[in-house]
Amino acid sequence: MLTNQTATACLSLERLRNAMLLGGAIAGLGLTTAVQAQDVDVPDNIKWTIPFGVGGGTDVWARFFSPWFSESLPGEPTIMIDNVPGGGSINGANLFAVRAKADGSHWLGTSASTQYPVMLDDPRVRYDYSDWTPILATPTGGVIYAQPSLGETPDKALNALLKKPVQMAAQNPTGVELPVLIALDMLGADVQAVFGMRSRGEARLAFERGEADIGFQTTSAYLSNVEPLVEAGKAVPLFSLGVLNDEGKIVRDPAFPDLPTFNEIYRQVHDEAPSGNAFEAFRKFFASGYALQKLIMVPKDTPQALVDTYRQAARDFVHTQAFKDEAAAQLGPYTPVIGDTVKRHLDDAMSIDDATRDWLADWLQSEHGAKI
Amino acid sequence: MLDILLSGLGQLFTLSHLLFMVLGVLVGLVVGIIPGLGGIAGMSLLLPFLYGMEPSVALGMLMGLVAVIPTGDTFASVLLGIPGSSASQATVIDGFSLAKRGQAARALSSAFLCSMIGGVIGAVILTGFILIARPLVLSFSSSELFMLTLLGLSMVAVLSGRDLFKGLAACGLGLLVGTIGMAPATGEFRMNFGLNYLYDGLPLVVVGLGIFAIPEIVDLLVKRGAIAGESARLGKGWRQGIQDVGKNRGLVARCAAIGSLIGTIPGLAGSVVDWLTYGHAVQSAKDKSEFGKGDIRGVIAPESANNACACGAMVPTLLFGVPGSGSAAVFLGGMLLLGLQPGVGMIETHLDLTYTIIWSLALANILGAGLCLVLARPVANLTRIPFATLAPLITVLIIFAAFQATRAAGDLVALGIVGVIGVLFNQAGWSRPAFLIGFVLAPGAESYFYQAVQFQGMNALLRPGVLVIGGLILAAMFIPILRSLWIKRRQATLVGAEAASKARSEPPTLGIIDVVLFAALLGTAVVAWIDVSDLTLLGGIMPRLAIAVLAISCVMEIARCLIRRPQWQPQAIGLQGLWLAGFFFLVGAILLLGFITAATLFSLVFLLAIARLKPWVAVAMALGVTAFLMGMAEFLTLTYPRGLVDPWLFG
Repeated sequence: MLTNQTATACLSLERLRNAMLLGGAIAGLGLTTAVQAQDVDVPDNIKWTIPFGVGGGTDVWARFFSPWFSESLPGEPTIMIDNVPGGGSINGANLFAVRAKADGSHWLGTSASTQYPVMLDDPRVRYDYSDWTPILATPTGGVIYAQPSLGETPDKALNALLKKPVQMAAQNPTGVELPVLIALDMLGADVQAVFGMRSRGEARLAFERGEADIGFQTTSAYLSNVEPLVEAGKAVPLFSLGVLNDEGKIVRDPAFPDLPTFNEIYRQVHDEAPSGNAFEAFRKFFASGYALQKLIMVPKDTPQALVDTYRQAARDFVHTQAFKDEAAAQLGPYTPVIGDTVKRHLDDAMSIDDATRDWLADWLQSEHGAKI
Repeated sequence: MLDILLSGLGQLFTLSHLLFMVLGVLVGLVVGIIPGLGGIAGMSLLLPFLYGMEPSVALGMLMGLVAVIPTGDTFASVLLGIPGSSASQATVIDGFSLAKRGQAARALSSAFLCSMIGGVIGAVILTGFILIARPLVLSFSSSELFMLTLLGLSMVAVLSGRDLFKGLAACGLGLLVGTIGMAPATGEFRMNFGLNYLYDGLPLVVVGLGIFAIPEIVDLLVKRGAIAGESARLGKGWRQGIQDVGKNRGLVARCAAIGSLIGTIPGLAGSVVDWLTYGHAVQSAKDKSEFGKGDIRGVIAPESANNACACGAMVPTLLFGVPGSGSAAVFLGGMLLLGLQPGVGMIETHLDLTYTIIWSLALANILGAGLCLVLARPVANLTRIPFATLAPLITVLIIFAAFQATRAAGDLVALGIVGVIGVLFNQAGWSRPAFLIGFVLAPGAESYFYQAVQFQGMNALLRPGVLVIGGLILAAMFIPILRSLWIKRRQATLVGAEAASKARSEPPTLGIIDVVLFAALLGTAVVAWIDVSDLTLLGGIMPRLAIAVLAISCVMEIARCLIRRPQWQPQAIGLQGLWLAGFFFLVGAILLLGFITAATLFSLVFLLAIARLKPWVAVAMALGVTAFLMGMAEFLTLTYPRGLVDPWLFG
């Protein structure tokens, strides 16, 4: 049997860092009395499993968050990031499901590509989101844009898009572009998705080279790489996916307050609110892949007091100005969602009824030749 | 403009920048020397310190690391025949052959000097090129990228020489293995035989180690003695290596230029550049007979190119946010962590920072290669040690490296299986580079072909870039044939028809392993054909093509043997098979007992029983293995197969 019998040893550097922190603490005794007396024992070391490679989006996200958590938690635990890439994050999540201890010392960072396989019943998945409790979620948005050759203004480009077949570069049929492809299909656009891009960066290049007629990027990549194109007249933004508000409604994205959302465009084109199996599928995959794109999870049996401590630490720092300033570059203008709200939205997003799943399977097969 | 250049230069020579860059260089060298770790492990070591650092200082540190990775891994490639990373695969062929001829110091000093020069040339080219790179990078569309992968594949014809069909069959097998995993066009999974491990395809590191390193270990164990043959005179080589670079300065400059320009093309970079330049060296050489057996030009070409390529790979990383190589991907992560977004901003608002990055690259190359040059002479002595003493350490190192690929037991099993292919190929004289080229280029060839067809259709054929690269491919394929015909004709007129007919009718050779390989490869073709039979047209076309290449080349070679009576060649396999069985036994022990325990016991037993060292030496070395593995786990947060015993002994 080929089980992945692995062990982790870490420490040394962290120990060094601890020693330095201790030294600092002794040197500045007067300043350190602010440490709160809590009745829960936060572990000294937290191992945060990231099922993606070093330097990838989720890795950078985790490395951005870890010092904030470390400083806000009582006892300033050392947070060690453990990258377990493979299987598009399925491997690492599977391993976490088997190995993680429920004493608060094991965290998992997940992303859309961890959530989607569960929703699509991927046979490799051996984890279950109901075994985990969310601490925090960060949303992202996304924008669909077109070549100016389709039309100089958003309206013209949209009309052209609905009239003639267009091409769009994407990674794979069941990847993060899935809700975008569903949305475009719902509008009535004839989109030929060219798959096989190894990243959304490569897809962006295909657009810039003029090969793809339309493109899609998530917020941070859009702001840094597509907005300059828009300013130079080389791209026309069409609509955003929007964001989910606390009630679970899709509203305008604070990063793009002037851009209509997909729902608005749908109303404009079809004169009615979007509904049906297709919209249901869009809504669920949008919610789990964008509104709750990246999640911090702990095993379900982690003591509630500890979970509350982690959530409180997050609440403490997300509202500081220092965090907001730095987060603007890393996360976009979105506020992380914390605590039970995450759980509620996640449960809703990840439960797909059979009718929707059947529709999705048919749609993937007929539109993109993909089997699930 | 000038003030930006100067301010970039000013930042370069501030004390803090220099100090952190040296730190980056040192970390880069250490992780570069240990095979399988490469840039990613080094980056993970530095990343935790990055957040909150001054960007220019932090980038200097990262650059120091990125720059020297393709330098440090040359040690393992040349001395031990272990390709440390994708950047050093071509170096192994002639570098290790030179080491076996007792010229390790020569190969190393040449390699490091070339790395240094290549890196500096790359940085100089980049200084100007980065300003105009955007439109140029964008002019390479999917069809040009596809043609580039074809150009890389055409090197198979150059490298396999007389045994063209065997080379093509090896390449076909490589292509087929390369298509394991997800089909880029449809997301279907191919040839995973229900194994989770195969869903992502085989990792390059595992295949590289299996095809190159394992056959060499087995070969040396069978032959006994040291890596360097009897007549080794190591001391003299160092100076000679430096002179070799001087003699081939044209080649160095050309390969560095090729490296830095190909490096700027996103998506391909590292995987084709060393084979392209190696092929270029073979083609441009008058006397090709020594390539593969230890020609210094086979070391100079890829080594000049790979550091330059690391410079070039910064263009897509900085300008488009699309990393050109594995370590560039981690570098990109570092940039994001520092709050720097790649894009046009890097030349419009952060140009000074961009120049600091580029010149850090040059400075780090000089520093890193300089350090390695000094180390080359003493370290080359490794090749004089009886190989039986080194073998357990190298084996542990290879397994260690392979397991870091995906940290799954499958890595070790795959290593063994590819190792078997490697040993068979090696014993029967089939081209191992051809296999690797096929494997490396299969995914790129497939997805770019598919994209080109969808985006451009037939128009792709008329693009000027496609025509130019197509011309290069034809030249690569046919110039050697034309030239050899020309030489034959000249020989015929000079020496007479007798000699010419003798040269032409050199019969094919055949041995027992060839027969086994024919049977196994045709069997593989059948099994694979059945497995891909239910795929959609788009998802299945590439594996079917690979199977066709594999099967047709095998059949052609068999036909050649049937038509012209082959010369029967004795091919030994018995002892090799025994050592391979031992390897699988070791893998089993590792999975059962745990890596640290099994590696320690294995080293001890091997050193006592086979190398016949003094007991205290053997014990000390085995403990050294334990200490190395534990230290690595501690410092780099690595994991190993745990087994039943390791958790008890090592926590």
